Amino acid sequence: MTGTRNSIHAWLLVLPACVLLATFTHVPIVTTFIHSLYSTPRPRRPSRFVGLDNYEAMLADPIFWKALGNNAVYALTSVPISIAIALIMALFVNGKLRGKGFVRLAYFTPTVLPMIAVANIWLFFYNPQYGLVDQLLRPFGITGVNWLGSQSTALWCLIVVAVWKEAGFFMIFYLAALQNISPDLREAAAIEGASRWTFFWRITFPLLMPTTLFVLVNAVINAFRLVDHIFVMTGGGPDNSTSVLLFHLYTVGFKFFDQAYAATLTIVLLLILALIAIGQFLLADKRVHYQ
Amino acid sequence: MAQVALAGLTKSWAGLNAVDNVSFTVPEGQLVALLGPSGCGKSTTLRLIAGLEEPSAGTVSIAGRDVTRLAPSERRISMVFQSYALFPHLTVGENIIFGLKVRKVARAERDARLKKVADIVELSRYLDRKPAQLSGGQRQRVALARAIIAEQPVCLMDEPLSNLDAQLRHEMRVEIRSLQQRLGMTMVYVTHDQTEAMTMADIVILMRNGRIEQAGPPAALYAAPQTSFVASFIGAPAMNLVREGKITLGVRPEHVRLGDAPADAVHRRGAVTSVEYMGADTIVSLASEGGRIAARLPGASDIRVGDELTAYWAMSAQSRFDAAGQRIG
Repeated sequence: MTGTRNSIHAWLLVLPACVLLATFTHVPIVTTFIHSLYSTPRPRRPSRFVGLDNYEAMLADPIFWKALGNNAVYALTSVPISIAIALIMALFVNGKLRGKGFVRLAYFTPTVLPMIAVANIWLFFYNPQYGLVDQLLRPFGITGVNWLGSQSTALWCLIVVAVWKEAGFFMIFYLAALQNISPDLREAAAIEGASRWTFFWRITFPLLMPTTLFVLVNAVINAFRLVDHIFVMTGGGPDNSTSVLLFHLYTVGFKFFDQAYAATLTIVLLLILALIAIGQFLLADKRVHYQ
Repeated sequence: MAQVALAGLTKSWAGLNAVDNVSFTVPEGQLVALLGPSGCGKSTTLRLIAGLEEPSAGTVSIAGRDVTRLAPSERRISMVFQSYALFPHLTVGENIIFGLKVRKVARAERDARLKKVADIVELSRYLDRKPAQLSGGQRQRVALARAIIAEQPVCLMDEPLSNLDAQLRHEMRVEIRSLQQRLGMTMVYVTHDQTEAMTMADIVILMRNGRIEQAGPPAALYAAPQTSFVASFIGAPAMNLVREGKITLGVRPEHVRLGDAPADAVHRRGAVTSVEYMGADTIVSLASEGGRIAARLPGASDIRVGDELTAYWAMSAQSRFDAAGQRIG
């Protein structure tokens, strides 16, 4: 009978975690899904079952497509760029370098700052009259550009902020992984005549693959999740050119109070993230060597 | 012709000489062991030969070429690391041919050489495995194969056996030595284990504090140590060192007898402090006035701790060292 007692014991131990996960993650997802199948309750019109009507409305919503497109551009550019910069910075501060502790700290500082503070700093950088960017570009005859106020530049400005904020954080993971690679490997390769370039592509980069996968998953999730700076810097404008999915969701849910549509967008956002994460793991798993 | 020649090689860090004016030559096809306690500079010397460190002074020549300023890859050497330095994400086969690929050796030749070398080190069945799936001894063979396949004139080994258990260490010792002789490799072998150095090497170079204490064939170091440090380092148990006024007498335990001393023998009296039975022989230690004396007696012995005995040895069997530890006469 110890088997039964053991399993009762085990389930009791797992119970708190199960309750917390269910209460704050699983149950909300299910209720959100149910909400997305009903209409938004209004004072005179109670909520009623509408099936997939909300999803059809979403597909007909041009702002949804705009936000989705913006989000794709935002993720497809900010993720690879921040990962590449993180890796380059990590390789740089992993080497023999005077004052590398200071450089590491400098690279990591943006991570420590809250996103709202970061947004305020960059708001100043991008100011068309006295901003840092304007001052730097003035000698080249470029001045008075309203970086955040123009549809063609606003999204790219936000991407730059995201890269600046994220790269230092990812660098820490790469740095830790690099320090785990034995210096003997470099020396063995040097004796065989491998150049630094060869060593990086044939040895270092493959050995960093588990870290790259981890960072990639996190970077993609952040690309959909981090919207604080959009509130401060552009408010989704001009003309929705910086609106991304989560921002659009917030606007629908808390400005227009259309809860049913917000629930619909939430489910779509979750599906997109889940698909990307599963895809990354399935694809990458075969190509990643775990020690 | 000397395959490796060091002249006045010095390496200092922050004013401290890790390697201090070291000169020696390694004749072609010979195995030279660099032996010494940890921190004696033997590994640094090897890394200077490999080009992994830059010397503060002196020169390194390999196969008649001054390579002091050349990169490791241009020195025509191969090296086996203490950690084996295998690439964990590559298979055994890929690890072995890594250098050939880097040097752009054609595929057909690469495969032929891999097959030959894998046979030599008996790894043919494991070529598709990852290093993590191998035992310690097999990993050691992969590292060895990587050094052999390079077909460089000189092979450097940095404590290659120190991560193996005693049984395997003995097997690999025999195997590396026979490989080295069969393939005619010139080898510099760093170890802190005197058994490895004595059993494998043609020439043993004993180092201490960055300097060469004595260099010569193993038998010479054993029979005629040039300093009291060499005497106390080589042999298990080491040479007995007995003070006699300002000089020190050295005598190997197997030359010490116990019992009534003949008139022309050197003798000391003392109490037995330990009796260690080793199977083929027994080591009996006495505490005498000039210092501890160990005697190696054949077979078992009925001597007990506390017995008062006389230890003696023939004058011809002893070495003599002056106050500075240098051999006299």
